[in-house]
Amino acid sequence: MSYYYSMKMKKYIQDFEVLRNERLSKDYYLLKLWCEEELPVIMPAQFAELKINDSPSTFLRRPISIHDVNYEKNTITLLIRIAGDGTAKLSEIRQGMILNMIYPLGNSFSLPLKDKVLLVGGGCGVAPMLYTARYFMQFGFDPTLLLGYRDKESVLRRGKFEKYGNVFYTTEDGSFGEKGNVLNHSLFSPEVFNFTKIYACGPEAMLKNLGKWAIEHGVDCEVSLENLMACGVGACLCCVQNTNEGHKCVCTEGPVFNVKDLIW
Amino acid sequence: MVNLEINFNGLKLKNPVLTASGTFGYGTEFTDFIDLNRLGGFIVKGTTLNHREGNPYPRMAETPSGMLNAVGLQNKGVKVFCDKIYPEIKDYKTNILVNVSGSAIEDYVATAEMINTLDNIPGIELNISCPNVKEGGMAFGTSCVSAAEVVKEVRKVYKKHLMVKLSPNVTDIVSIAQTVEEHGADSVSLVNTFLGMAIDAKTRKPKLSTITGGLSGPAIKPIALRMVWQVSKAVKIPVCGLGGIMTAEDAIEFLLAGASSIQVGTANFVEPDATIKIIEGIKYYCRKYGVKDINELIGGLKS
Repeated sequence: MSYYYSMKMKKYIQDFEVLRNERLSKDYYLLKLWCEEELPVIMPAQFAELKINDSPSTFLRRPISIHDVNYEKNTITLLIRIAGDGTAKLSEIRQGMILNMIYPLGNSFSLPLKDKVLLVGGGCGVAPMLYTARYFMQFGFDPTLLLGYRDKESVLRRGKFEKYGNVFYTTEDGSFGEKGNVLNHSLFSPEVFNFTKIYACGPEAMLKNLGKWAIEHGVDCEVSLENLMACGVGACLCCVQNTNEGHKCVCTEGPVFNVKDLIW
Repeated sequence: MVNLEINFNGLKLKNPVLTASGTFGYGTEFTDFIDLNRLGGFIVKGTTLNHREGNPYPRMAETPSGMLNAVGLQNKGVKVFCDKIYPEIKDYKTNILVNVSGSAIEDYVATAEMINTLDNIPGIELNISCPNVKEGGMAFGTSCVSAAEVVKEVRKVYKKHLMVKLSPNVTDIVSIAQTVEEHGADSVSLVNTFLGMAIDAKTRKPKLSTITGGLSGPAIKPIALRMVWQVSKAVKIPVCGLGGIMTAEDAIEFLLAGASSIQVGTANFVEPDATIKIIEGIKYYCRKYGVKDINELIGGLKS
């Protein structure tokens, strides 16, 4: 294995046509993109670097995780949160316009060795979990999803997620699902918890707490990180995460790490 | 047919386009996007005598038309470069230069000595201008005395092309350039990044773990261009120009200002195939304006 980049999957730089830009809530929108050429294999938790046009304060591309893929129709769906100028500008993109992407980037969640698996997403971190659930399902797994949101209004794509697994919810105000954050959910109570592996994506505090819980309880846990990034291909060394083996690039040696390898 | 070949003080470049150190990894990160053999050359990541972990995260802050970085020369050390990385890249048909950095003169010398043994590395770029390490780096490049000393010592052991990368964070870049020329540099490259800073107004904290970092990208281009123009008039050795080059037109401007070759840096982060687009664009420019030989453009600024 080459130590300065771990993924050998070929990366592409391609133009996609916007088929649909749907506003899901105040902060979230969904982009459905079509490419003329056949899509390469995309793995769960991989991401794309999106070119942002006409935003003077945005110089770099924006790393966005893959929300869903349709190989028959050559489409990729992205679930995007408006986090700053770049993602705000991108939210104005309209049907028929062209979006340039570099993809697929990064490593991926590893395929479980056995059932049962729990997929945990918090806020924008739910984005990669749809494709992950669908992907795991193809391999005969029956994933359980636990999705954490701020309140009932911020729950995203409920019908879609519920197609690919047994879905549980938490909201901070208790307006939907159980009240609190994901770790407060009754799935984590000792008499109920029966999962062999956790896959998670979400805010750093959530992942840290989840990772700590998983290590204490001897449960295997992979998390997908979203460090600030420039190139996305392992050249700039800006997105590093401290690990037991030193600094690793989240873009090429991540975004997925096993929590036992992380120093955070 | 346009001639793009340049004799860069003994280095034969098939075109004037190289990549800037620290923006292009070891080249292999970009082979999905471009054919490395088409480049005039590429300059690999800053290499030091010993392994360096670099600075803590966060190391990057985006700015209007650019970015700040504070990577701090993260690399595996020269031995790993020679044993593991060099064999993977040595057969590309282009000029591969190694950017050599250090925190003491002995480190620069020892590193350069090891690189000197590698047959397919025709030159080094001596980095006396990294703003992101505490000792050494820029400290060598900001005074004529220390710049002279490090170049003189490296020159004694390094027999091939010695390019010296200059810092723009000085009062008079021309005098530094003249000093390194006098002490044996075969060429100079300029500019490295400008020392800058970014603050998060919401949290009232610096955006970089090191508080300050190096600014690159189109934001610095006019200053870099001015410095290349000043230096190329004042030295006889060729100048490799860099600083915010995104397009072929940017590259042409540096050539007109007096650079004999250019480096594409931060652009690689946004457009991984930027170098090839720039080479194609230079060819197009030459055809459009009846330039038969790229050398006609070098220092061709009209009054």
